[in-house]
Amino acid sequence: MNTVTVALEHRSPVRTLGWAIPALVILIALPWVADQYQTILLAYGLVMGIAALGFNLLLGYTGLLSFGHSAYFGVGAYTVALMVKYLNVTSMELFLAGAMVACVLVTAVFGFACVRYTRIFFGILTMALSQVLWSLAFKFFWVTGGTDGLRVPTPTLLGFVTGKADKIAFLATAYYYYVLGVFILCVALMWVIVNSPFGRALQAIRDNEVRAAFVGIQIRKYRWVAFLVSGVFTGLAGALWVPLNGLTTPDIMHWTFSGEIVFMTVLGGFRSFTGPIIGAIVFNYLKTYAVGYTVYWQLLLGVVLVVLVLSLPTGIVGTADRLRARLRAR
Amino acid sequence: MDILFIHLLNALLYASVLFLIAGGLSLIYGVMRIVNLAHGNLYAFGAYVSAWAVGRAMAMSGAEGAPGAPSTALMLAILPAGAVAAAAVGAVLEPTLLRPFYKRAEEYQLLVTFGLLMIIDDVIRFIWGPYPLSASALFENFGSVTIGDAIYPTYNFLVIAVGGLAAVFLWAFIYKTRFGVVLRATSQDMRMSSALGVNVNRVYVQAFTLGCLMAGLGGAIIVPSQSAVLGMGVDALILSFIVVVVGGLGSLEGALLGALIVGVVREAGIALFPEIELAVLYLIAALVLLVRPAGLFGRA
Amino acid sequence: MTLLETRGLVKQFGEFRAVDGVDFRVQEGEVLALIGSNGAGKTTLVNLISGLLRADAGQIVFRGADVTGQSVHERIAAGIARSFQLVNLFDQLSALDNVALAIFSRQKKTRKLLSLAEADRPVWQEAFEILATFGMDGKARVLAGGLSQGERKLLDVAIAYALKPKLLFLDEPTSGVSTREKAPIMDTISSIVRSERISAAIIEHDMDVVFSYSDRIVAMHQGAILADGTPDQIRRDERVLTTLIGTPEKT
Repeated sequence: MNTVTVALEHRSPVRTLGWAIPALVILIALPWVADQYQTILLAYGLVMGIAALGFNLLLGYTGLLSFGHSAYFGVGAYTVALMVKYLNVTSMELFLAGAMVACVLVTAVFGFACVRYTRIFFGILTMALSQVLWSLAFKFFWVTGGTDGLRVPTPTLLGFVTGKADKIAFLATAYYYYVLGVFILCVALMWVIVNSPFGRALQAIRDNEVRAAFVGIQIRKYRWVAFLVSGVFTGLAGALWVPLNGLTTPDIMHWTFSGEIVFMTVLGGFRSFTGPIIGAIVFNYLKTYAVGYTVYWQLLLGVVLVVLVLSLPTGIVGTADRLRARLRAR
Repeated sequence: MDILFIHLLNALLYASVLFLIAGGLSLIYGVMRIVNLAHGNLYAFGAYVSAWAVGRAMAMSGAEGAPGAPSTALMLAILPAGAVAAAAVGAVLEPTLLRPFYKRAEEYQLLVTFGLLMIIDDVIRFIWGPYPLSASALFENFGSVTIGDAIYPTYNFLVIAVGGLAAVFLWAFIYKTRFGVVLRATSQDMRMSSALGVNVNRVYVQAFTLGCLMAGLGGAIIVPSQSAVLGMGVDALILSFIVVVVGGLGSLEGALLGALIVGVVREAGIALFPEIELAVLYLIAALVLLVRPAGLFGRA
Repeated sequence: MTLLETRGLVKQFGEFRAVDGVDFRVQEGEVLALIGSNGAGKTTLVNLISGLLRADAGQIVFRGADVTGQSVHERIAAGIARSFQLVNLFDQLSALDNVALAIFSRQKKTRKLLSLAEADRPVWQEAFEILATFGMDGKARVLAGGLSQGERKLLDVAIAYALKPKLLFLDEPTSGVSTREKAPIMDTISSIVRSERISAAIIEHDMDVVFSYSDRIVAMHQGAILADGTPDQIRRDERVLTTLIGTPEKT
């Protein structure tokens, strides 16, 4: 038993927790030390963190690059909006449940079509499918509100916390903590998933498809499940996003938004667990402050993406790790 | 009967443009095994450049004193500017931004071409603004012919002709010229070709430029008929994807057949069920993929 | 008892018949060697039986059941496993991780999303024991990409072994390995396979290995079986001698 223990020891979770605790303290304390605007801004960042986390299950862990993840974000968001419009729902828990169910349905179908293919076809097929949804959001404007979108009022949290009084205060405190709670749950859940036997099977598929098949793993089926889980996480993010934004419009299903998800994940580093989260939060700040400077936001994103891929392919987290290792070697 | 003929012409029109775009995509993949996600935007770039060039020609002719009567011949001569521009962009892009990625994991290739997609998208917006750009003067100058009870734009015949000529020319180029032999050899076995003295880098940049030329040409010839608009690039990318799904990636015959099929299906779809046109195309693609995952002619 | 039987198995690549109507048989508990010059069809035959390729014609019957149409993972579940000629491992994972993955898969635990892989002590224990059986317990933590060629070959076999197969195909287990290492490797493999009563079919070019370790030898040539018999019989078989020692006829 001794040697097995030795073999496992280098992967102890202590190192990961080392970062998590201070980060958690900051996140919890934020509404007390920062102003409402900053808190709400970070809430957006956390939401995108969940989206990127889900996305990276497919990219970083399964080796599938999807250019259509905005579709699931949109499904999550629109499900909430439609639940408000047609069912007069106000409970956030119901919203989340509804969004998850809708995403399971959509990802099950889309995933079935997409996972049969190799990387290139997979990427374009995901992009195409998300464009179909985007165009449907326009076409069926009597349902989706077309370009005007659908408004969503502040939801009721846990059955009793509402934002009727002061919306901004609600978003900056109660809703922020709700988002943080869901964020922590999602991070924990994803961490378990990627470290589960299933997670290992996914990584095996990513690294050596033939060998994985010859170890008895059903490649297509596992990719499909990964697709599902990935989409549901991103859809959950969409559902959380809508009350923050107050409104959902078709652009969140457009390929450019998928591009942002790809970008933030690559920015943070898609070969690490925390990379996408860091990337999402950093990107959120970047976007908020840079959009004010230029209309040519996409150009900036594109250029940075190309530069990233050329010179810093491991993203923020990967580069930080390398720097740390180099410093330690000295 | 005449209506049917017009539908057929429309299908051929669409197929011509699709063949150029998808053929370019397929050619590049066939030789270099990369899929350029920005390919559709090169088509868009070609369309914008051509529309702009024709517009300049109009302005210049107008300035010479003949009010609003730009020379058709001049406009026609200027039209391929888009193709040339797209080819030039391709010639610059391949050695600088794509070559570093051939040896790296495929995700990086996709990521860098996706970055290019975003860059070109915004470059177009930057240069020409968010409004559509048209070259309709050229289109109108060609007038129309009467087919039965209906009138049909003559210009469309030109597009079909260009598409057909391009197919013939490409076939001849690839199967009958020495460069074509080199191209085919490199696509089949890059290392072997290199060992036999072929300058693979040069073949790559030439193939890529040719592919971009085709995409740009597609944009150039269609722009008099429909204006250049933002978003046309990604739509074209997705459509050419459907074409190569149907016909197979890496095969010029496949691109031709796929373009014809998609053109016909789309025209039939528009005629019968105008609302669900796009869905019908995706359905066809899905069916083909279910039956023959590599497309009708494709290589795995 | 016949463990595996192929009937009239055919695989064509365009005009070329890589496997041309092969009736191949493996008996329970035997260790046979599959020999033949390059291009004779040995690896293609193994690819067909293990499920990497679909046969164009013919049948594959394993333990009485027709597996011809089955997928790779179904055949593995039925009990057929293989190693690869060009070593095919998870290079970024440690030797222990490689074997553990096979065990997780075998026990169908790879379906579990919500439990930590490292918490499953029995799997890691078994993985470690398998490595020890193959003499590689000292390298448990080493990344597969960092092992020597001989160790990689052994690891490849260990992974296949971890699937607890009834029939194990080994595609050139000693190729690329120095002559000094060959005997120890084959000794290890041979003793494990025999003590567990796993039937094995070994593709080999090294005739010393072939004659030392097999109960039966099947010689292939140009996609068909040329000769089938005990090492002594094969040693004296004229057809085998001419094709494997003389110049093989060009197709």
